[in-house]
Amino acid sequence: MIAPFRALIGRDITLALRDGAGLGTALGFYLIVVTMLPLGLGPDMKLLSRIAPGMLWIAMLLAALLSMARLFEADQEDGSLEVLATGSLPLELVVMAKAFAHWLTTAVPLALITPVLGLLLNLDLAANGPLVLTMLAGTPAISFLGAIGAALTLRARRGGLLVALLVLPLYIPTLIFGISAVSAIVLDTGAFGPSILILTAISLLSIVLAPIASAAALRMQFE
Amino acid sequence: MTSARQLVVTDLAVERGGRSVISGLSFEVSAGEALVITGPNGAGKTTLMRALAGFLAPKSGQIELRIGPPGSTGLTRDDGRSIAEQAHVIGHLNGIKATLTVAENVAFARSFFANGRPPPQAGNPEAIDASASDEIDAALDKLGLGNLAAIPAGLLSAGQKRRLCLARLLVAQRPVWLLDEPTVSLDALSTRLVASLIDAHVNGGGMALIVTHVPLGLSNYRELELRPAGGTSGRPDADTEKSESAPS
Repeated sequence: MIAPFRALIGRDITLALRDGAGLGTALGFYLIVVTMLPLGLGPDMKLLSRIAPGMLWIAMLLAALLSMARLFEADQEDGSLEVLATGSLPLELVVMAKAFAHWLTTAVPLALITPVLGLLLNLDLAANGPLVLTMLAGTPAISFLGAIGAALTLRARRGGLLVALLVLPLYIPTLIFGISAVSAIVLDTGAFGPSILILTAISLLSIVLAPIASAAALRMQFE
Repeated sequence: MTSARQLVVTDLAVERGGRSVISGLSFEVSAGEALVITGPNGAGKTTLMRALAGFLAPKSGQIELRIGPPGSTGLTRDDGRSIAEQAHVIGHLNGIKATLTVAENVAFARSFFANGRPPPQAGNPEAIDASASDEIDAALDKLGLGNLAAIPAGLLSAGQKRRLCLARLLVAQRPVWLLDEPTVSLDALSTRLVASLIDAHVNGGGMALIVTHVPLGLSNYRELELRPAGGTSGRPDADTEKSESAPS
Protein backbone atom coordinates (compact mmCIF):
# COMPACT_ATOMS: atom_id res chain seq x y z
CA MET A 1 0.00 0.00 0.00
CA ILE A 2 2.96 2.30 0.61
CA ALA A 3 4.47 1.89 -2.87
CA PRO A 4 1.39 3.02 -4.86
CA PHE A 5 0.88 5.87 -2.39
CA ARG A 6 4.44 7.07 -2.89
CA ALA A 7 4.22 6.55 -6.64
CA LEU A 8 1.13 8.77 -6.81
CA ILE A 9 2.70 11.53 -4.71
CA GLY A 10 5.80 11.36 -6.91
CA ARG A 11 3.75 11.52 -10.07
CA ASP A 12 1.75 14.54 -8.89
CA ILE A 13 4.88 16.39 -7.79
CA THR A 14 6.53 15.69 -11.16
CA LEU A 15 3.42 16.85 -12.98
CA ALA A 16 3.20 20.02 -10.89
CA LEU A 17 6.87 20.87 -11.42
CA ARG A 18 6.81 20.08 -15.13
CA ASP A 19 3.57 21.90 -15.77
CA GLY A 20 4.45 24.82 -13.52
CA ALA A 21 1.25 26.70 -14.32
CA GLY A 22 -0.43 25.95 -10.98
CA LEU A 23 2.46 27.05 -8.79
CA GLY A 24 3.38 29.96 -11.06
CA THR A 25 -0.16 31.31 -10.98
CA ALA A 26 -0.40 30.91 -7.21
CA LEU A 27 2.92 32.66 -6.54
CA GLY A 28 2.13 35.41 -9.06
CA PHE A 29 -1.31 35.99 -7.57
CA TYR A 30 0.11 36.14 -4.05
CA LEU A 31 2.75 38.65 -5.16
CA ILE A 32 0.26 40.86 -7.03
CA VAL A 33 -2.28 40.98 -4.19
CA VAL A 34 0.37 41.83 -1.61
CA THR A 35 1.91 44.43 -3.90
CA MET A 36 -1.45 46.12 -4.43
CA LEU A 37 -2.25 46.40 -0.73
CA PRO A 38 0.10 49.31 0.09
CA LEU A 39 -1.08 51.05 -3.08
CA GLY A 40 -4.68 50.74 -1.97
CA LEU A 41 -4.19 51.51 1.72
CA GLY A 42 -1.65 54.30 1.42
CA PRO A 43 1.89 54.42 2.76
CA ASP A 44 1.00 54.39 6.44
CA MET A 45 3.82 52.19 7.72
CA LYS A 46 2.23 51.62 11.13
CA LEU A 47 -1.09 50.56 9.65
CA LEU A 48 0.60 48.22 7.15
CA SER A 49 2.73 46.67 9.84
CA ARG A 50 -0.32 46.03 12.00
CA ILE A 51 -2.44 44.40 9.31
CA ALA A 52 0.46 42.60 7.56
CA PRO A 53 0.02 39.12 9.15
CA GLY A 54 -3.71 39.05 8.43
CA MET A 55 -3.30 40.33 4.89
CA LEU A 56 -0.54 37.83 4.12
CA TRP A 57 -2.63 34.99 5.51
CA ILE A 58 -5.71 35.93 3.48
CA ALA A 59 -3.73 36.49 0.28
CA MET A 60 -1.99 33.15 0.79
CA LEU A 61 -5.32 31.37 1.35
CA LEU A 62 -6.75 32.76 -1.86
CA ALA A 63 -3.57 31.98 -3.82
CA ALA A 64 -3.55 28.38 -2.59
CA LEU A 65 -7.21 28.08 -3.49
CA LEU A 66 -6.58 29.07 -7.12
CA SER A 67 -5.16 25.71 -8.12
CA MET A 68 -7.49 23.75 -5.85
CA ALA A 69 -10.21 23.32 -8.46
CA ARG A 70 -7.72 21.57 -10.75
CA LEU A 71 -6.85 18.98 -8.13
CA PHE A 72 -9.01 16.25 -9.68
CA GLU A 73 -10.10 18.01 -12.85
CA ALA A 74 -6.96 17.28 -14.86
CA ASP A 75 -7.11 13.60 -13.92
CA GLN A 76 -10.80 13.47 -14.70
CA GLU A 77 -10.32 14.95 -18.17
CA ASP A 78 -7.77 12.42 -19.36
CA GLY A 79 -9.32 9.42 -17.63
CA SER A 80 -6.54 9.03 -15.07
CA LEU A 81 -8.93 9.45 -12.17
CA GLU A 82 -10.81 6.27 -13.05
CA VAL A 83 -7.51 4.46 -13.48
CA LEU A 84 -6.52 5.64 -10.01
CA ALA A 85 -9.88 4.51 -8.67
CA THR A 86 -9.28 0.93 -9.84
CA GLY A 87 -5.88 0.64 -8.18
CA SER A 88 -5.27 -1.36 -5.03
CA LEU A 89 -5.07 1.93 -3.16
CA PRO A 90 -8.39 2.92 -1.51
CA LEU A 91 -9.83 6.10 -3.02
CA GLU A 92 -9.41 7.81 0.36
CA LEU A 93 -5.65 7.31 0.14
CA VAL A 94 -5.63 8.44 -3.49
CA VAL A 95 -7.22 11.69 -2.31
CA MET A 96 -4.75 11.91 0.55
CA ALA A 97 -1.76 11.46 -1.77
CA LYS A 98 -3.05 14.05 -4.21
CA ALA A 99 -3.88 16.59 -1.50
CA PHE A 100 -0.46 16.03 0.10
CA ALA A 101 1.25 16.62 -3.26
CA HIS A 102 -0.84 19.77 -3.68
CA TRP A 103 0.26 20.97 -0.25
CA LEU A 104 3.92 20.29 -1.02
CA THR A 105 3.89 21.97 -4.42
CA THR A 106 1.60 24.92 -3.69
CA ALA A 107 1.16 25.74 -0.02
CA VAL A 108 4.76 25.14 1.07
CA PRO A 109 6.28 27.44 -1.61
CA LEU A 110 3.67 30.09 -0.77
CA ALA A 111 4.54 29.89 2.93
CA LEU A 112 8.27 30.03 2.23
CA ILE A 113 8.04 33.14 0.03
CA THR A 114 6.01 34.98 2.69
CA PRO A 115 8.99 36.70 4.44
CA VAL A 116 9.92 38.37 1.13
CA LEU A 117 6.39 39.67 0.68
CA GLY A 118 6.34 40.65 4.35
CA LEU A 119 8.95 43.30 3.52
CA LEU A 120 6.44 44.98 1.21
CA LEU A 121 4.01 45.30 4.12
CA ASN A 122 6.56 46.42 6.70
CA LEU A 123 6.01 43.22 8.62
CA ASP A 124 7.83 43.10 11.96
CA LEU A 125 10.98 41.07 11.24
CA ALA A 126 10.50 39.14 14.48
CA ALA A 127 7.16 37.93 13.16
CA ASN A 128 8.63 36.34 10.03
CA GLY A 129 9.61 33.03 11.59
CA PRO A 130 6.34 32.49 13.49
CA LEU A 131 4.32 33.56 10.47
CA VAL A 132 5.97 30.98 8.19
CA LEU A 133 5.66 28.40 10.95
CA THR A 134 1.93 29.03 11.39
CA MET A 135 1.45 28.88 7.63
CA LEU A 136 3.26 25.55 7.38
CA ALA A 137 1.21 24.22 10.29
CA GLY A 138 -2.08 25.58 8.99
CA THR A 139 -1.89 25.00 5.24
CA PRO A 140 -2.45 21.21 5.27
CA ALA A 141 -6.02 22.07 6.27
CA ILE A 142 -6.26 24.25 3.16
CA SER A 143 -5.17 21.52 0.76
CA PHE A 144 -7.15 18.74 2.40
CA LEU A 145 -10.39 20.69 3.03
CA GLY A 146 -10.04 22.09 -0.47
CA ALA A 147 -10.01 18.53 -1.80
CA ILE A 148 -13.60 18.15 -0.58
CA GLY A 149 -14.67 21.18 -2.60
CA ALA A 150 -12.66 20.03 -5.62
CA ALA A 151 -14.31 16.61 -5.51
CA LEU A 152 -17.82 18.02 -5.07
CA THR A 153 -17.50 20.43 -7.99
CA LEU A 154 -15.67 18.02 -10.30
CA ARG A 155 -18.45 17.77 -12.82
CA ALA A 156 -19.70 21.34 -12.48
CA ARG A 157 -18.73 23.69 -15.25
CA ARG A 158 -16.66 26.61 -14.03
CA GLY A 159 -16.31 24.90 -10.71
CA GLY A 160 -13.42 27.12 -9.60
CA LEU A 161 -15.51 29.84 -7.98
CA LEU A 162 -17.84 27.25 -6.54
CA VAL A 163 -14.89 25.60 -4.80
CA ALA A 164 -14.02 28.96 -3.23
CA LEU A 165 -17.59 29.47 -2.02
CA LEU A 166 -17.76 25.96 -0.60
CA VAL A 167 -14.46 25.78 1.21
CA LEU A 168 -13.56 29.35 2.20
CA PRO A 169 -15.96 29.21 5.20
CA LEU A 170 -14.14 26.04 6.30
CA TYR A 171 -10.86 27.95 6.33
CA ILE A 172 -12.09 30.47 8.92
CA PRO A 173 -10.82 28.53 11.99
CA THR A 174 -7.41 28.11 10.35
CA LEU A 175 -7.30 31.82 9.58
CA ILE A 176 -8.34 32.85 13.09
CA PHE A 177 -5.80 30.71 14.90
CA GLY A 178 -3.07 31.40 12.35
CA ILE A 179 -3.37 35.12 12.88
CA SER A 180 -3.81 34.88 16.63
CA ALA A 181 -0.55 32.91 16.81
CA VAL A 182 1.34 35.60 14.88
CA SER A 183 -0.29 38.42 16.84
CA ALA A 184 0.80 36.71 20.03
CA ILE A 185 4.42 37.12 18.93
CA VAL A 186 4.03 40.70 17.69
CA LEU A 187 2.10 41.86 20.78
CA ASP A 188 3.94 39.46 23.09
CA THR A 189 0.79 38.08 24.75
CA GLY A 190 2.19 34.60 25.23
CA ALA A 191 -0.68 32.92 23.38
CA PHE A 192 1.53 31.57 20.60
CA GLY A 193 1.75 28.04 21.95
CA PRO A 194 -1.98 27.30 22.36
CA SER A 195 -2.82 28.94 19.02
CA ILE A 196 -0.34 26.95 16.99
CA LEU A 197 -1.37 23.75 18.75
CA ILE A 198 -5.00 24.32 17.78
CA LEU A 199 -3.86 25.21 14.26
CA THR A 200 -1.97 21.94 14.01
CA ALA A 201 -4.93 20.05 15.44
CA ILE A 202 -7.21 21.51 12.76
CA SER A 203 -4.72 20.43 10.09
CA LEU A 204 -4.38 16.91 11.47
CA LEU A 205 -8.14 16.56 11.71
CA SER A 206 -8.51 17.67 8.07
CA ILE A 207 -5.81 15.24 6.93
CA VAL A 208 -7.73 12.38 8.51
CA LEU A 209 -11.34 13.33 7.81
CA ALA A 210 -11.27 15.30 4.56
CA PRO A 211 -10.08 12.39 2.36
CA ILE A 212 -13.06 10.33 3.54
CA ALA A 213 -15.53 13.06 2.56
CA SER A 214 -13.67 13.79 -0.65
CA ALA A 215 -13.54 10.13 -1.72
CA ALA A 216 -17.27 9.79 -1.05
CA ALA A 217 -17.89 12.84 -3.25
CA LEU A 218 -15.68 11.38 -6.00
CA ARG A 219 -17.55 8.06 -5.95
CA MET A 220 -20.75 10.02 -6.45
CA GLN A 221 -19.19 11.76 -9.45
CA PHE A 222 -18.31 8.45 -11.14
CA GLU A 223 -21.99 7.54 -11.45
CA MET B 1 -2.96 -17.81 -11.81
CA THR B 2 -3.04 -19.80 -8.64
CA SER B 3 -6.76 -19.90 -8.02
CA ALA B 4 -9.87 -20.45 -10.07
CA ARG B 5 -12.04 -17.42 -10.59
CA GLN B 6 -15.46 -16.90 -11.98
CA LEU B 7 -17.30 -13.68 -12.67
CA VAL B 8 -21.00 -14.21 -12.15
CA VAL B 9 -23.59 -11.63 -13.10
CA THR B 10 -27.13 -12.43 -11.97
CA ASP B 11 -30.24 -10.61 -13.14
CA LEU B 12 -28.41 -7.31 -13.40
CA ALA B 13 -30.34 -4.09 -13.88
CA VAL B 14 -28.68 -0.71 -14.27
CA GLU B 15 -30.30 2.68 -14.67
CA ARG B 16 -28.78 5.86 -16.05
CA GLY B 17 -30.61 9.04 -15.11
CA GLY B 18 -33.81 7.18 -14.24
CA ARG B 19 -33.82 5.33 -17.57
CA SER B 20 -33.33 1.59 -17.56
CA VAL B 21 -30.30 0.73 -19.68
CA ILE B 22 -29.68 -2.88 -18.71
CA SER B 23 -32.28 -5.20 -17.24
CA GLY B 24 -32.40 -8.88 -16.49
CA LEU B 25 -28.88 -9.57 -17.67
CA SER B 26 -27.21 -12.76 -16.47
CA PHE B 27 -23.96 -14.33 -17.61
CA GLU B 28 -20.84 -16.02 -16.30
CA VAL B 29 -17.23 -15.79 -17.28
CA SER B 30 -14.70 -18.27 -15.95
CA ALA B 31 -10.96 -18.00 -15.76
CA GLY B 32 -9.45 -18.75 -19.14
CA GLU B 33 -12.39 -17.32 -21.03
CA ALA B 34 -12.85 -14.26 -23.17
CA LEU B 35 -16.28 -12.72 -23.53
CA VAL B 36 -16.83 -10.34 -26.41
CA ILE B 37 -19.72 -7.97 -25.76
CA THR B 38 -21.39 -6.57 -28.84
CA GLY B 39 -24.53 -4.64 -29.56
CA PRO B 40 -25.75 -1.50 -31.25
CA ASN B 41 -24.93 1.94 -29.92
CA GLY B 42 -26.85 2.61 -26.73
CA ALA B 43 -27.32 -1.05 -25.91
CA GLY B 44 -25.57 -0.49 -22.58
CA LYS B 45 -22.13 -1.92 -23.30
CA THR B 46 -20.22 0.88 -21.63
CA THR B 47 -22.79 1.01 -18.84
CA LEU B 48 -22.23 -2.70 -18.24
CA MET B 49 -18.47 -2.22 -18.15
CA ARG B 50 -18.77 0.66 -15.70
CA ALA B 51 -21.11 -1.37 -13.51
CA LEU B 52 -18.63 -4.27 -13.52
CA ALA B 53 -15.81 -1.89 -12.64
CA GLY B 54 -17.82 -0.60 -9.70
CA PHE B 55 -18.29 2.94 -10.98
CA LEU B 56 -22.05 2.49 -11.29
CA ALA B 57 -24.17 0.93 -8.59
CA PRO B 58 -26.58 -1.63 -10.04
CA LYS B 59 -30.26 -1.00 -9.41
CA SER B 60 -30.79 -4.67 -8.73
CA GLY B 61 -29.07 -7.96 -9.35
CA GLN B 62 -25.60 -9.05 -8.38
CA ILE B 63 -22.08 -8.92 -9.71
CA GLU B 64 -19.83 -11.38 -7.95
CA LEU B 65 -16.29 -12.49 -8.40
CA ARG B 66 -16.13 -16.03 -7.07
CA ILE B 67 -12.86 -17.51 -6.12
CA GLY B 68 -11.64 -20.94 -5.16
CA PRO B 69 -8.67 -23.28 -5.21
CA PRO B 70 -7.53 -24.45 -8.65
CA GLY B 71 -9.67 -27.15 -10.18
CA SER B 72 -12.47 -26.89 -7.66
CA THR B 73 -16.04 -26.52 -8.79
CA GLY B 74 -17.69 -25.06 -5.71
CA LEU B 75 -16.38 -21.52 -5.89
CA THR B 76 -17.23 -19.26 -3.01
CA ARG B 77 -18.00 -15.63 -3.23
CA ASP B 78 -14.95 -13.43 -2.95
CA ASP B 79 -15.86 -10.86 -0.34
CA GLY B 80 -12.40 -9.62 0.36
CA ARG B 81 -11.80 -7.41 -2.60
CA SER B 82 -14.05 -5.78 -5.12
CA ILE B 83 -13.76 -6.60 -8.79
CA ALA B 84 -12.24 -3.19 -9.45
CA GLU B 85 -9.24 -4.14 -7.37
CA GLN B 86 -8.59 -7.27 -9.40
CA ALA B 87 -9.38 -5.86 -12.79
CA HIS B 88 -7.71 -3.68 -15.33
CA VAL B 89 -10.28 -1.26 -16.67
CA ILE B 90 -9.57 0.26 -20.06
CA GLY B 91 -12.20 2.88 -20.78
CA HIS B 92 -12.76 5.32 -23.60
CA LEU B 93 -10.18 7.68 -22.17
CA ASN B 94 -6.58 6.57 -22.08
CA GLY B 95 -5.69 7.87 -18.63
CA ILE B 96 -2.14 8.77 -19.57
CA LYS B 97 -0.40 11.98 -18.61
CA ALA B 98 0.64 14.20 -21.51
CA THR B 99 3.56 15.83 -19.68
CA LEU B 100 5.08 12.57 -18.49
CA THR B 101 7.25 10.62 -20.92
CA VAL B 102 6.06 7.34 -22.35
CA ALA B 103 8.35 5.39 -20.01
CA GLU B 104 7.30 7.45 -16.97
CA ASN B 105 3.66 6.75 -17.69
CA VAL B 106 4.33 3.02 -17.75
CA ALA B 107 6.57 3.22 -14.69
CA PHE B 108 3.82 4.95 -12.76
CA ALA B 109 1.23 2.37 -13.84
CA ARG B 110 3.64 -0.37 -12.82
CA SER B 111 4.29 0.92 -9.32
CA PHE B 112 0.71 2.06 -8.80
CA PHE B 113 -0.85 -1.26 -9.77
CA ALA B 114 1.83 -3.83 -9.11
CA ASN B 115 2.46 -2.63 -5.59
CA GLY B 116 6.16 -2.48 -6.36
CA ARG B 117 6.49 -6.23 -6.83
CA PRO B 118 7.48 -7.60 -10.21
CA PRO B 119 4.38 -9.31 -11.56
CA PRO B 120 4.79 -12.96 -12.49
CA GLN B 121 4.62 -13.37 -16.23
CA ALA B 122 3.15 -16.53 -17.63
CA GLY B 123 5.28 -18.14 -20.31
CA ASN B 124 8.11 -15.71 -19.78
CA PRO B 125 9.99 -16.98 -16.74
CA GLU B 126 13.15 -14.92 -17.23
CA ALA B 127 11.09 -11.75 -16.83
CA ILE B 128 10.27 -12.58 -13.20
CA ASP B 129 13.65 -11.40 -12.05
CA ALA B 130 13.88 -8.55 -14.48
CA SER B 131 14.34 -5.15 -12.95
CA ALA B 132 11.64 -2.53 -13.23
CA SER B 133 13.16 -0.71 -16.17
CA ASP B 134 13.70 -3.94 -18.11
CA GLU B 135 10.09 -4.80 -17.56
CA ILE B 136 8.93 -1.39 -18.73
CA ASP B 137 11.17 -1.62 -21.81
CA ALA B 138 9.83 -5.08 -22.56
CA ALA B 139 6.22 -3.88 -22.37
CA LEU B 140 6.98 -0.89 -24.59
CA ASP B 141 8.83 -3.04 -27.13
CA LYS B 142 5.92 -5.44 -27.23
CA LEU B 143 3.58 -2.56 -28.05
CA GLY B 144 5.96 -1.06 -30.59
CA LEU B 145 6.70 2.02 -28.49
CA GLY B 146 10.27 1.09 -27.56
CA ASN B 147 11.92 3.89 -29.52
CA LEU B 148 9.50 6.49 -28.11
CA ALA B 149 10.21 5.84 -24.42
CA ALA B 150 11.76 9.26 -23.70
CA ILE B 151 9.13 11.29 -25.55
CA PRO B 152 6.34 13.12 -23.67
CA ALA B 153 3.18 11.10 -24.10
CA GLY B 154 1.30 14.20 -25.27
CA LEU B 155 3.25 14.14 -28.53
CA LEU B 156 2.13 10.64 -29.49
CA SER B 157 -0.47 9.97 -32.15
CA ALA B 158 -3.91 8.77 -31.09
CA GLY B 159 -3.09 5.16 -31.88
CA GLN B 160 0.22 5.31 -30.06
CA LYS B 161 -1.52 6.79 -27.02
CA ARG B 162 -3.98 3.92 -27.07
CA ARG B 163 -1.14 1.42 -27.17
CA LEU B 164 0.57 3.23 -24.30
CA CYS B 165 -2.67 2.99 -22.35
CA LEU B 166 -2.70 -0.77 -22.96
CA ALA B 167 0.85 -1.05 -21.59
CA ARG B 168 -0.56 -1.09 -18.09
CA LEU B 169 -2.12 -4.48 -18.85
CA LEU B 170 1.39 -5.83 -19.28
CA VAL B 171 3.32 -4.26 -16.42
CA ALA B 172 0.83 -5.19 -13.72
CA GLN B 173 -0.76 -8.60 -13.63
CA ARG B 174 -4.46 -8.63 -12.81
CA PRO B 175 -6.79 -11.57 -13.39
CA VAL B 176 -9.69 -9.69 -14.94
CA TRP B 177 -9.47 -7.42 -17.98
CA LEU B 178 -12.42 -5.12 -18.68
CA LEU B 179 -11.67 -3.57 -22.04
CA ASP B 180 -14.08 -1.04 -23.51
CA GLU B 181 -13.28 -0.74 -27.20
CA PRO B 182 -9.56 -1.32 -26.73
CA THR B 183 -8.84 -1.01 -30.43
CA VAL B 184 -10.18 2.51 -30.91
CA SER B 185 -7.86 4.40 -33.28
CA LEU B 186 -5.58 1.39 -33.70
CA ASP B 187 -4.49 0.19 -37.14
CA ALA B 188 -4.98 -3.37 -38.36
CA LEU B 189 -1.55 -4.49 -37.20
CA SER B 190 -2.02 -3.10 -33.69
CA THR B 191 -5.50 -4.60 -33.50
CA ARG B 192 -3.97 -8.03 -34.13
CA LEU B 193 -1.41 -7.23 -31.47
CA VAL B 194 -4.17 -6.48 -28.96
CA ALA B 195 -5.90 -9.71 -29.92
CA SER B 196 -2.69 -11.65 -29.29
CA LEU B 197 -2.30 -9.96 -25.88
CA ILE B 198 -5.84 -10.93 -24.94
CA ASP B 199 -5.26 -14.49 -26.18
CA ALA B 200 -2.10 -14.76 -24.09
CA HIS B 201 -3.87 -13.40 -21.03
CA VAL B 202 -6.80 -15.79 -21.40
CA ASN B 203 -4.56 -18.79 -22.11
CA GLY B 204 -2.61 -17.92 -18.98
CA GLY B 205 -5.77 -18.36 -16.90
CA GLY B 206 -6.99 -14.78 -17.03
CA MET B 207 -10.44 -13.51 -17.78
CA ALA B 208 -11.28 -10.87 -20.35
CA LEU B 209 -14.45 -8.98 -21.14
CA ILE B 210 -14.13 -6.95 -24.30
CA VAL B 211 -16.56 -4.47 -25.76
CA THR B 212 -15.85 -4.07 -29.43
CA HIS B 213 -17.40 -3.16 -32.74
CA VAL B 214 -14.67 -4.72 -34.87
CA PRO B 215 -13.86 -8.42 -35.08
CA LEU B 216 -10.62 -8.82 -33.16
CA GLY B 217 -9.69 -12.25 -34.45
CA LEU B 218 -9.42 -13.83 -31.01
CA SER B 219 -8.58 -17.51 -31.12
CA ASN B 220 -11.24 -18.51 -28.64
CA TYR B 221 -14.11 -16.51 -27.26
CA ARG B 222 -17.80 -16.39 -26.47
CA GLU B 223 -20.05 -13.61 -27.57
CA LEU B 224 -22.72 -11.73 -25.64
CA GLU B 225 -24.97 -9.48 -27.61
CA LEU B 226 -26.69 -6.68 -25.74
CA ARG B 227 -29.91 -5.17 -26.99
CA PRO B 228 -31.30 -1.78 -26.04
CA ALA B 229 -33.42 -2.40 -22.96
CA GLY B 230 -37.02 -1.69 -22.08
CA GLY B 231 -38.64 -1.07 -25.47
CA THR B 232 -36.17 1.59 -26.42
CA SER B 233 -34.92 -0.26 -29.47
CA GLY B 234 -36.78 2.03 -31.83
CA ARG B 235 -34.88 5.17 -30.85
CA PRO B 236 -32.85 6.96 -33.47
CA ASP B 237 -29.10 6.39 -33.38
CA ALA B 238 -28.35 10.04 -32.75
CA ASP B 239 -29.96 9.74 -29.33
CA THR B 240 -28.27 6.56 -28.31
CA GLU B 241 -24.89 7.70 -29.56
CA LYS B 242 -24.81 10.29 -26.82
CA SER B 243 -25.19 7.95 -23.90
CA GLU B 244 -22.59 5.70 -25.47
CA SER B 245 -19.88 8.25 -26.08
CA ALA B 246 -20.33 10.17 -22.86
CA PRO B 247 -19.90 7.43 -20.30
CA SER B 248 -19.39 9.74 -17.37
